[in-house]
Amino acid sequence: MKATHKRLRMLGIILVGVGMAVFLAGCGNPMVLDPKGQIADIQKEMIWISIILCAIIIVPVLGIWIYISVRYRDKPDNKAPYEPNWSHSTKLEVIWWGIPIIVVGVLGYFTVVATYDLIKPPKATANVEPLTIEVTSMDWKWLFQYPDQDIATVNYLNIPENTPIQFVLTSNTAMNSFWVPQLGGMMYTMPGMAMRLWLQAEGPGEYLGMGANFSGSEFAKMHFKVKSMPQNEFDAWVAKSQDEPAKLTRETYAKLAVKGTVPIQTFGQNEPTLFASIVVKNGGHHGISIRGSDPVKSNQQSSGVKSEAETKEVSGSQQPEQNQ
Amino acid sequence: MWDSIKEFAADFFVTGDPLIYGADVSIALVSIAIVFVLTYFKKWKWLWREWLTTVDHKKIGIMYLIASLLMLFRGGVDAILMRMQLALPDVEFLQADHYNAIFTTHGTIMILFMAMPMMFALFNMVVPLQIGARDVAFPFLNALSFWMFLFGAMLLNISFVIGGSPDAGWLSYPPLSELSGSPGRGQDFYIWGIQISGIGSLATGINFIVTILKMRAPGMKLMKMPLFSWSVLSASITILFAFPILTVTLALLFLDRYFGAHFFTLDGGGMSMLYVNLIWMWGHPEVYIVVLPAFGIFSEIVATFSRKTVFGYNSMVFAMMVISVLSFFTWVHHFYTMGSSADVNAFFAITTMAISIPTGVKIFNWLFTMYRGRIKFDLPMLWTMGFIPCFLVGGATGVMLAVAPANFQYHNSYFLVAHFHQVLIGGVVFGYLAGIYYWWPKLFGFKLDEKRGRWGFWFWNIGFYLCFFPQYFLGLDGMTRRVYTYGWDRGWAALNFASTAGAFLMGVGFIFQVWQIAYSVRKGERDKTGDIWNGRTLEWSIPSPPPVYNFARVPQVQHVDDWWREKEDRENGIVRPQPELEPIHMPKNSGIPFIMSSFWFLIGFGFTFDWIWLVIIGFLGVFGSMYARSFTYDVDYYIPVDEIKKTEQKLRGATT
Repeated sequence: MKATHKRLRMLGIILVGVGMAVFLAGCGNPMVLDPKGQIADIQKEMIWISIILCAIIIVPVLGIWIYISVRYRDKPDNKAPYEPNWSHSTKLEVIWWGIPIIVVGVLGYFTVVATYDLIKPPKATANVEPLTIEVTSMDWKWLFQYPDQDIATVNYLNIPENTPIQFVLTSNTAMNSFWVPQLGGMMYTMPGMAMRLWLQAEGPGEYLGMGANFSGSEFAKMHFKVKSMPQNEFDAWVAKSQDEPAKLTRETYAKLAVKGTVPIQTFGQNEPTLFASIVVKNGGHHGISIRGSDPVKSNQQSSGVKSEAETKEVSGSQQPEQNQ
Repeated sequence: MWDSIKEFAADFFVTGDPLIYGADVSIALVSIAIVFVLTYFKKWKWLWREWLTTVDHKKIGIMYLIASLLMLFRGGVDAILMRMQLALPDVEFLQADHYNAIFTTHGTIMILFMAMPMMFALFNMVVPLQIGARDVAFPFLNALSFWMFLFGAMLLNISFVIGGSPDAGWLSYPPLSELSGSPGRGQDFYIWGIQISGIGSLATGINFIVTILKMRAPGMKLMKMPLFSWSVLSASITILFAFPILTVTLALLFLDRYFGAHFFTLDGGGMSMLYVNLIWMWGHPEVYIVVLPAFGIFSEIVATFSRKTVFGYNSMVFAMMVISVLSFFTWVHHFYTMGSSADVNAFFAITTMAISIPTGVKIFNWLFTMYRGRIKFDLPMLWTMGFIPCFLVGGATGVMLAVAPANFQYHNSYFLVAHFHQVLIGGVVFGYLAGIYYWWPKLFGFKLDEKRGRWGFWFWNIGFYLCFFPQYFLGLDGMTRRVYTYGWDRGWAALNFASTAGAFLMGVGFIFQVWQIAYSVRKGERDKTGDIWNGRTLEWSIPSPPPVYNFARVPQVQHVDDWWREKEDRENGIVRPQPELEPIHMPKNSGIPFIMSSFWFLIGFGFTFDWIWLVIIGFLGVFGSMYARSFTYDVDYYIPVDEIKKTEQKLRGATT
């Protein structure tokens, strides 16, 4: 009997040890805690603030839990006091209603401040002209349009470093979510709607991006690389891309929209009205109103077309009725 | 002829996957075995009389329990299959669509067909006994609720061998869940399975509100009611307000899919964000619906096993009621990333953090119930002790997720997956298991074996942490939920492997529990006193298992923990007066709930396959059942005093 117990305990210790080893080997420095841009920086800060504030409550409570369960165990020789009818203490109850309220108050304050901060373009680069990229999630690939550069890419993104990037997001089919963890948090892409997300990369680097909201069969394959580079390198890439023979037209787009996965692609010419028409086709019948965050004035024109006439024209070419 | 049969079968049955064929064979074998055993032992009549037509809350509770354990097994197998697929990068064990179907049914089954019925099992097994009642307020409706649940659950469950499983996620966001995104039958199985069982859930909620408000024993003021019954009341009130939202939401989705309406499609004026809002207006209260009764269970267990009055009773009641109200004001935290304004996100961040306050207070109250008590670590208490640290950490990660700006980095990642499993397993499952261990002897008359139970407990707990802690880090490292595969270059292999190992350990824990039950049926310690844990509340004052009428005499309640006080009184030589026995009024069994629910099954099946003739038969059957019930007047009977005396003598010896 004793021997089994000992063996059991050994097994437990080994398991915990192996677990810890794997754990520590695996965590390294996870993306979200290793930010490469100002937005992700703020978010990392918020994560640490919330961890610390939660720890203020959890650690002492775990301590009390261990203490109480050891000290008041039902053993014949336990001399600890036993008061079976002690069941109320206003003082104690005020304390443990009060402490969480204070902690939540503090955390709530930081949360509200950061919530309002994050809908604005990054402060550090407020003087830099932002770059707009129109993002469409499709079955099961990403289309990135650079309206001001007149190019488009599929499944990869190049961006200039230290420049605020204004992503305008929509979806051609199911909802998805656009996420580049090291640059900042995600935003849904939804058909019939355009959303805005600000991100920015500090210095050159290569980051992983992905779809984060399940969108059917090959959703798992919807990841892409984001490369940030110095402005001159970016300009060179843009110039080189403009020479690409492939052009993004409504025809190539229709081919792209067929369900399936595709490798990375570059289009030397953008179709400027395409993005708006994707939004309108999928039900954006009130014109394009961008949800999400504050716009930058100078850039509004570039993010697609929004004239009433255009809206009407494109909504005529809706998808065939989805009926039985 | 042959060709048309072949064509029909190819559409009707799910084909092409060896795993499914294996399931087909095993389902056929098990069905044959059940029919054979029932016929061989001539048990068909017994099954019909004692179980299928029963309106006794205890038997209905037991049936809920059996169903929920079966569903735990099914959902658990789903989980194991997923973890096998994710154990290492580039595993080719499941295809994308198969994986997508499995995570969809895993979520749907675990919440709606495992947690809900396990909760209803505990409601039924305990509440009438705890408040000194002879049954619930509407016993017929109670039976109907159970059969509606079961047939709804079966409808969803057969989808993996017939017609195809739903694969758009457990909450089925449109437009993916619309006909355009999911043209198959699975989504219709999903809608009808949930709709039919949802009617049952709503009815159960109503039933228990009325039972608790109207059928408490004389003297049991609301503020003298045991805390588990309070938790049932708060959960039932939440059900009453939340479930209609689910029903309406899925009805609109059905209209979209079946009649080409445009509630959630994006052309034709629909709005998929509306669906996301509606489904979470139900979905968030839903998680509090399942966790509140767990809080009630812990309150009972901590008091009993610390041999001490529960600390801060008023605070506990207040906290539960605050939670059930606040739970309706947090739903947007499930989609901060949908682009709401900062005002909206800030508001819901604050309400979400606020709901952690009453929840945290309850933990303090449990700890201080144990403080200056005498704690015994029997299985129910052991699970409670497992719950406390697990739920604390799960709650803390919940607060972290509530921080809207940070949430943009956790959302839909494995961080989120780890969080909700930690509160749903660590809170709900641990709580219900504790409750099952606690009240098992009451319902079945024997205790569940301690030794095998402890093995089960440790496997579950170690497995849990090994499975879900790595997932927090995977989430922070960019692994999103619902991916069926990932590459070696991600660096996620080690943590995923550990997580899979943990899932298997939990599976071993479950096997130990099944073994424990099988073993205890024959060899478990028998409960001769009816009060095996030295309990505090009324259910422990009657024999185990209780007679059909529960209480020979309706108890006269004077205090909170009335049974405990009565025992104290007895030690001091005070014996409460025993009024004369009177004939007991009881409801009669009825086959209508079973028959009517099976017609509902036909309706759901008919809509799924577009077989309108079947839908018509189903509706005729449902209306026929309602008609028959309306004109049935012979619905109750009296148990004469002589019979009560005989029964009591047999159960308690000569003491009465």
